[in-house]
Amino acid sequence: MRRAATVTIDVETCKGCVLCVEVCPPKVLVMSELTNTMGYRYPLLLDGCTGCELCYKICPDFCFEVYRA
Amino acid sequence: MTRVLLEGSHAIAEAAIQAGCRFYAGYPITPSTEILEYMSHRMPQVGGVCMNAESEIEAINMVWGAAACGVRAMIASTGQGISLMQESLAEMANAELPCVVVNMMRGQGDYFQATRGGGHGDYRHIVLSPHTVQEGVDVVALAFELADRWRNPVDVLGDFLLGHTAEAVAFPSRDGREPPAKPWAATGARGRRAHNVTPLGSPEKLNLDPGSHHAAIAAKLPRIAAAEQRHETGVLDDAEIAVVAFGSPARFVKYAVRVCRERGMRVGWFRPISLWPFPADALAGVATRVRALAVFEQNAGQMIDDVRLAVLGRVPVVAIGGISHDHSGFGVGPALEPDHIVARIADAYGQHVASRTTEG
Amino acid sequence: MDAALEKVSAKPDLLLSTKHSLCPGCGEPLALRTILELVQELGLRERTVCVCGIGCYTAFPSIIDVDVIQALHGRAPSVATGAKRVLPDRFVFTLQGDGDMVSEGLQEIVHSAARGEKFTAVLLNNGVFGETGGHMTATSVLGQKTKTTMETGRVAERHGYPIRIADVLAGLDGPAYVARGAVHTAAAIAWTKRILREAFEAQLAGRGFSFVEILTMCPTDWYVEPSESADWVETNFSGTYPLRILKGGMMVR
Repeated sequence: MRRAATVTIDVETCKGCVLCVEVCPPKVLVMSELTNTMGYRYPLLLDGCTGCELCYKICPDFCFEVYRA
Repeated sequence: MTRVLLEGSHAIAEAAIQAGCRFYAGYPITPSTEILEYMSHRMPQVGGVCMNAESEIEAINMVWGAAACGVRAMIASTGQGISLMQESLAEMANAELPCVVVNMMRGQGDYFQATRGGGHGDYRHIVLSPHTVQEGVDVVALAFELADRWRNPVDVLGDFLLGHTAEAVAFPSRDGREPPAKPWAATGARGRRAHNVTPLGSPEKLNLDPGSHHAAIAAKLPRIAAAEQRHETGVLDDAEIAVVAFGSPARFVKYAVRVCRERGMRVGWFRPISLWPFPADALAGVATRVRALAVFEQNAGQMIDDVRLAVLGRVPVVAIGGISHDHSGFGVGPALEPDHIVARIADAYGQHVASRTTEG
Repeated sequence: MDAALEKVSAKPDLLLSTKHSLCPGCGEPLALRTILELVQELGLRERTVCVCGIGCYTAFPSIIDVDVIQALHGRAPSVATGAKRVLPDRFVFTLQGDGDMVSEGLQEIVHSAARGEKFTAVLLNNGVFGETGGHMTATSVLGQKTKTTMETGRVAERHGYPIRIADVLAGLDGPAYVARGAVHTAAAIAWTKRILREAFEAQLAGRGFSFVEILTMCPTDWYVEPSESADWVETNFSGTYPLRILKGGMMVR
């Protein structure tokens, strides 16, 4: 059974660089259609996060907080 | 009080040590080199640091670092070296860094550089001009105090003659006065919020606000100008002509004025000690009592601009100095001969006073 | 069914704000995060004096919870020299870009390293003057298009060759530790944290001058999408600037 994990995403700080989407191993991040107040699209979280922390590590804008059981 | 025989450069360096200076950086350049030499053996004795830097720009930025950490720091050079340091000298004012900058001039051609500032922007340095080795000692102690009081660089203008003349000097007592505490310094954020030492804006985190910062620094300048004008005068009570001079040449002018008096000319002298802020208020007062001001300086005419600004046309202002070098180029030329100075004063006297005696 | 979730990653405590004006996909904040994590882990906040140069990263002093001396372009090593000499028990590091350190400030870094000044110099190398809009620096690689080499890319005949500053410094006697890392992948970030730790420990042990170069992505001035910048590092940049320890390595590999 995969351990429980999730991330929170500060979408208003995101600058739409998409690095997190590229790096996510289970591919649970997808870019939104809507834009934030800066005009950037931002990542949305699907089911299946493993809490590997790669999104947090690659994000230049410190948008992620990672939670694991 | 105990007096010590020291040449000017060494006296200036020792005065800095006694004022609590514990960081010196310099680059060998005539006629300031002896200050670096003296500091290289004296600083380690008091637990301080002397850096023989590989360039002037590196030296002034080492002083920047030491000053930013709250240590009294000094540099010495001559005009060419000060030219190299200008970006840093301008921005140290914006960073509100106290430090003492000694320019041992070759002649007096660096008056504009010091008082207008050879760098960019709206900054000023306080500029002090001693005319004897003893005054050099006194002025260096004052320079460190003013630098800390106003959080601004303070320049001391010496010259080749001052640097290489030996006199018996006494060092002012510190009276147990320590340099002031510097809570703004970058020392590691122990038990307090972290802060910055920066020329770009506020020292506070999260809100740089460069506009407010630079406006506040500019607002300091008129307060300094009101508080720190310094000068001395002599033989002015009945003078028809006042000779205005600064630095070592002023010492020769004092002597020449005495000779002129012996020959019956009613001449006095006015010596600015602060070149910025220029003692304009006092000089304007003198201008109400004389027929002319004669400006003796070893350059093509620099302080004379400030003299003219101070009197605003009230009396004629005549130049009686000029560039004068010996074969070495270091500024001890024939213009410093007393006979020459007396002759120039007499010329001015003849033009502006003698021809008008009938007018009373 | 759900076990309680614990927060395992969040912005560093020493980062006061996540709002900065650097570009999407910029590598410099990743280098900054790594440094701040280490300062925190080593308990250095109250002893740290950071000396910051002039570049895009000049935005950082306002958002990091350590004392910072802001220096002029190229001059941070001299400022750090003064600071470390008068406060030898503080932890002093510079933060400089390649334009700042290797173009304007080449003299400053070489002399500081030669003298073995006991601070850590950190180079954020993206091969451009980012803050002014992406002009050629002394580390721009041959073939690299920049605002001042647009038509041909950098060509040796006209623009000369880049300087591998880490290699230059490693050849001097003064430095105790010289290494190069990058932040374009999670693995590279992990490597960079290890070499930064070794460099910081060299200072803390009083062994002398330490230096870490960090290749950082600049998609804006490399004219690529952020998602292409990792490839750009591997294809165009790390060949000239290989990731390795050049001097003083203590790691067992």
